[in-house]
Amino acid sequence: MTLSAQSLDAGPRPLRARLAARRVPLSILALCLLPWILPSEALAVNVLVYGLVAVGYNLLFGYTGLLSFGHAAFFGTGAYVTGIAIGRFDVPWFAALALGVAAGGALAFVIGLLSIRTRGIYFSMVTLALSQLVYYIALQASSWTGGENGLRGFTVSELNLFGWTVDFLDPVKKYYVIMVFAAAALWFVSRILNSPFGSVIEAIRENETRARACGYDVERTKLISFTLSGLICALAGTLFALHLAIVPLDILHYHTSGMIVMMTLLGGAGSFFGPFVGAFAFLLMEDVVSLWTPHWQIVVGSVFILFVLFLPKGIWGTLMAWRAGR
Amino acid sequence: MSAPLLAVENIGRRFGGFVALEGVTASFASNKVTAVIGPNGAGKSTFFNVLSGVLPPSTGTMRFKGRDLAGTPQHRFAHLGIARSYQITNIFPELSVHENVRVAAQAFRSRYDIWRDRAALTELDDKAAAALAAVGLTHRGSATAKFLAHGQQRALEIAIALVADPELLLLDEPTAGMGPEETKEMIALIEKLAAERTILLVEHKMKMILGLSDRILVLHHGRLIADGNPQQIQSDPEVRRVYLGQNDGYA
Repeated sequence: MTLSAQSLDAGPRPLRARLAARRVPLSILALCLLPWILPSEALAVNVLVYGLVAVGYNLLFGYTGLLSFGHAAFFGTGAYVTGIAIGRFDVPWFAALALGVAAGGALAFVIGLLSIRTRGIYFSMVTLALSQLVYYIALQASSWTGGENGLRGFTVSELNLFGWTVDFLDPVKKYYVIMVFAAAALWFVSRILNSPFGSVIEAIRENETRARACGYDVERTKLISFTLSGLICALAGTLFALHLAIVPLDILHYHTSGMIVMMTLLGGAGSFFGPFVGAFAFLLMEDVVSLWTPHWQIVVGSVFILFVLFLPKGIWGTLMAWRAGR
Repeated sequence: MSAPLLAVENIGRRFGGFVALEGVTASFASNKVTAVIGPNGAGKSTFFNVLSGVLPPSTGTMRFKGRDLAGTPQHRFAHLGIARSYQITNIFPELSVHENVRVAAQAFRSRYDIWRDRAALTELDDKAAAALAAVGLTHRGSATAKFLAHGQQRALEIAIALVADPELLLLDEPTAGMGPEETKEMIALIEKLAAERTILLVEHKMKMILGLSDRILVLHHGRLIADGNPQQIQSDPEVRRVYLGQNDGYA
């Protein structure tokens, strides 16, 4: 028994460690190249935005171990608040972005407060129910949100900040502007994961009972993680609104929450760059497969099932484990 | 004599209509080893869960260093100086052995800080290394915890409790599932730890308890039926009746 335990012992992982130390610059480099790899800039922006949502979601799901089915609420709230602030109140884009992030974060705090004491499937169901509540509010408050038609009429054609002007209609420029925010968010998540707080959430993911016995206030830690995760998803939402100049009601639907979960799992939950890889793979599959069949979900869904069954660490997680094992 | 480290008075715990623990009064002085024994279902685990804050008592009071523990949430117990191990191994399986202990030490240093680097808290690495050395796991520091042998996982769990530098250490069946060799090592470890802290342990291995403990509490059907040194407990007619009546070979 001791012998087999010895041989299974994981040794030091130099490559993984080296990658981890440089994960932010490497991730940003990959994002810089993205528009030149993908067939269109619009698709690249989508990968950026959904990748960012998945990164935010991963903080909660992959690192804290909480399976939320309600993250569409924060993504959507960020988008709606930004759109309404610009379209209705003529707020400058940068302030609208900050408002969207703040609103999404505040909503995450409230939903977190209501859901965090439940566990397992109950936690998932409470987050799902509360996010659907937000969906129906958006559906009913159509004078504010445009209801089923979505929110329109807040096109931002150029961005001004400190005397700089960027033509936001140029797809390449648009991509790189949005990328700056995504890069900042990636740095922020990396910051969290490297911090003492990052080791606490991992400990809670690994063993809640033990973490509590060690002296950690598990509920409070989870709530902070939930809120931080919601803030990042809300940022993705505001960028999504600026990008599309429309907020479809679907963004709040639980289908979106499910898609975020799928992207995260596909890329690799609990890995730093996995969620971006997942968003990339998911959206690329959608883009390519929908060229020859409208039923692209069948293909994407099958691939997803294969991954869950045979490669539960996802694309990026498997790749890292494989490199580490060599 | 100075005030006891821990004093419980008339504590009880009900689960619905079932009384798991009733009217237990005892106090524990510093630097002694006390064993809690009793047949299965006697209330030992409930007693431990109450003492470590997992379950609030339904009745009675608990004082630790003179401080009333009523209403104290479980996670505060570690900060007061009470740490525990569990009957079923309770570690962080996917983390490295070193990180298991380091993160336990971190609870007393930094819990919500997101702006610093965890690697900058080097004193925690030293503390973790010292705790691992104390339980003889130094050579396994970089291993993933779930790959350790059973006995080593039990030792790791004690290191996790130890790094908190608790005044009161609660050990719930520390040798459960261990072979004779591992049990011997664990007994030596507990003896070493007992020199500078108060230890309460639940055990089934009678020989071990008699050799190790300064004092033994016997629980039966949730009640404290005997409290004394090993000689007194061995000759106690009530204890003999409970154990012989059980006929499970412990006595």
